[in-house]
Amino acid sequence: MTFTETTWNEAKELAGRYPHSRSALLPMLHLVQSVEGLVSSDGIALCADVLDLATAEVAAVATFYTMYKRHNTGKHHVGVCTNTMCGLLGGDAIWNAISSDLNTGHDETSEDGKITLERIECQAACTHAPVVTLDWEFFDDATVDGVRKALSDLREGKEVKSTRGPVIKGLQASERLLAGFDDDEFDAPAIDEKMLAGLHRAREVGQTLPSSEV
Amino acid sequence: MVLTPILTAHWDEADSYKLEGYKRHHGYVALAKALKSDPDSIIQTVKDSGLRGRGGAGFPTGMKWGFVPQNDGKPHYLVVNADESEPGACKDIPLMLANPHALVEGVAISSYAIRANHAFIYIRGEVPHVIRRVTNAVKEAYAAGLLGQNIQGSGFNLEVVVHAGAGAYICGEETALLDSLEGHRGQPRLKPPFPAVAGLYASPTVINNAETIANIPYIIRNGADWLKQWGTEKSPGFKLFAVSGHVKRPGIYEAALGTTMRELLEHAGGMRDGHTLKFWIPGGSSVPMLTEAHLDLPLTYEDMAAAGTMLGTGTPMVFDETTSVVKAVSRWLQFYKHESCGKCTPCREGTYWISGLLKRLEKGEGQETDLEKIDELCQQIMGRSFCALGDAAATPFPGAMKHFRTEFEAGVRTAADIAFDPAATTIFSKANV
Repeated sequence: MTFTETTWNEAKELAGRYPHSRSALLPMLHLVQSVEGLVSSDGIALCADVLDLATAEVAAVATFYTMYKRHNTGKHHVGVCTNTMCGLLGGDAIWNAISSDLNTGHDETSEDGKITLERIECQAACTHAPVVTLDWEFFDDATVDGVRKALSDLREGKEVKSTRGPVIKGLQASERLLAGFDDDEFDAPAIDEKMLAGLHRAREVGQTLPSSEV
Repeated sequence: MVLTPILTAHWDEADSYKLEGYKRHHGYVALAKALKSDPDSIIQTVKDSGLRGRGGAGFPTGMKWGFVPQNDGKPHYLVVNADESEPGACKDIPLMLANPHALVEGVAISSYAIRANHAFIYIRGEVPHVIRRVTNAVKEAYAAGLLGQNIQGSGFNLEVVVHAGAGAYICGEETALLDSLEGHRGQPRLKPPFPAVAGLYASPTVINNAETIANIPYIIRNGADWLKQWGTEKSPGFKLFAVSGHVKRPGIYEAALGTTMRELLEHAGGMRDGHTLKFWIPGGSSVPMLTEAHLDLPLTYEDMAAAGTMLGTGTPMVFDETTSVVKAVSRWLQFYKHESCGKCTPCREGTYWISGLLKRLEKGEGQETDLEKIDELCQQIMGRSFCALGDAAATPFPGAMKHFRTEFEAGVRTAADIAFDPAATTIFSKANV
């Protein structure tokens, strides 16, 4: 596809944010993916053009990182962590259930084009295992039923919220944020009891510090 | 030892992640103090505090800063490693979510100390909710004159860029992170030269973990001796311990270094009802596992090393008797295989073969010679790979064999799912499975 002037300008803006423009390559790949839902040959060509690189150099980078998709994706990206902690605590069961529901395997897209499914690696939320991601927004302490409901709502176009606040808007919206174009969702409430477990326990057992120190 | 809510002290306040909330609790007081001091004195304070890197290796932070050559005429860079991806590690993510300004203030002070006018916060790409919070904190700091040109009239300039990764565990390795930040495939570099001499854009660069940098404002404001009231001589200070797994209250527990796992377990409510501890891993899948026998060891860099493991990221994973060790280790090796960058042969090929052999042991289809073969492969990787990822991949199997050899031997005949009912291992074992 042909990218609009806006995308070209945004790509150039990214290049200007770094002392050496090539540092903008990862954000720029997120940007073209936010427009197309994948990193296409055209997206690679845009990055190469803006950064004065060979397309082969850009392709070499795009294929190294798992978040960049070289094939079409569904409206939503659903990741199920099946690394040891999440997998054993319930991620495997969740994966089996939804992969079978959707008749969709790893890195495949459901027939209706709504959901791309992926077995993902550790998301740095083991305290909240099993963890599922919806367009990379966290769905903590997931259950089979909870994920089934979320996916069915997403497919019907109903509002689904991350357990850490933000509304799930689609993979392309998340990719735009990762490219470095902020949205207004930072106020979404994200702190839960597990993150506060130690603080609450410290208060309970009287092990807090004087307010002059912290 | 005690719980020490410091970085976590105000996480339950609705605006803990905002400038206003942070300032209410001495936020940016340390920066003002730092900007009035000689940069070398800041480095000295951090050296005196004994602070060690919180990313896993535990390298003394002040010493790292001291390696940066001064008056060399080159630009200097500070890079924050917030690419938290180690299986089990989940402490930088909540820290940046709830208290991003401690990181931003730490970035400003640290940059001033090493004479950097440009800093980067490299956050893994899979966490948009955290990237939003840190980006917003940086914006707020710019607007308040705490970043940017001539900060608080000091003449010090600092530009801070929040940079998202794109899904590659290897980028947590510091030189791979630099390559990634320069817009390349994230593959590690040969050392020397070390980043302190030739890092980002071949210029002197300090790379520190996010939790390490978030410690800095508290140390600068309260002094080096303040940090040393906790922990041991070799491991001073406090740590965000993230306890996960089969415990009643998994979560973030900030405590003095030297706290024991038994104490942490008690804070976390103990094992889930009706179950007993089988094994635990002190700091990510890359460090050898321990058992009940090690619960009273102090969680310090030196005590964990003496026990043949590492403190690592300080994020204990806890598993009960329903867990198949073979399956756990097999799954970690799948991970290392997936994340191996492919640059060096021992890691690329070794992780492929080990994960394959473990997979068939997990299925109960192993051969008698498999254990020996895996052990040999681990030895071929250990110390021979280009970076620590290879060594990490060679760690879980020997570590597990030390305690659970018979379970692996059973893999020749019995599938892990037969020996251990997978439904019983899940946390929702009563329903839905």
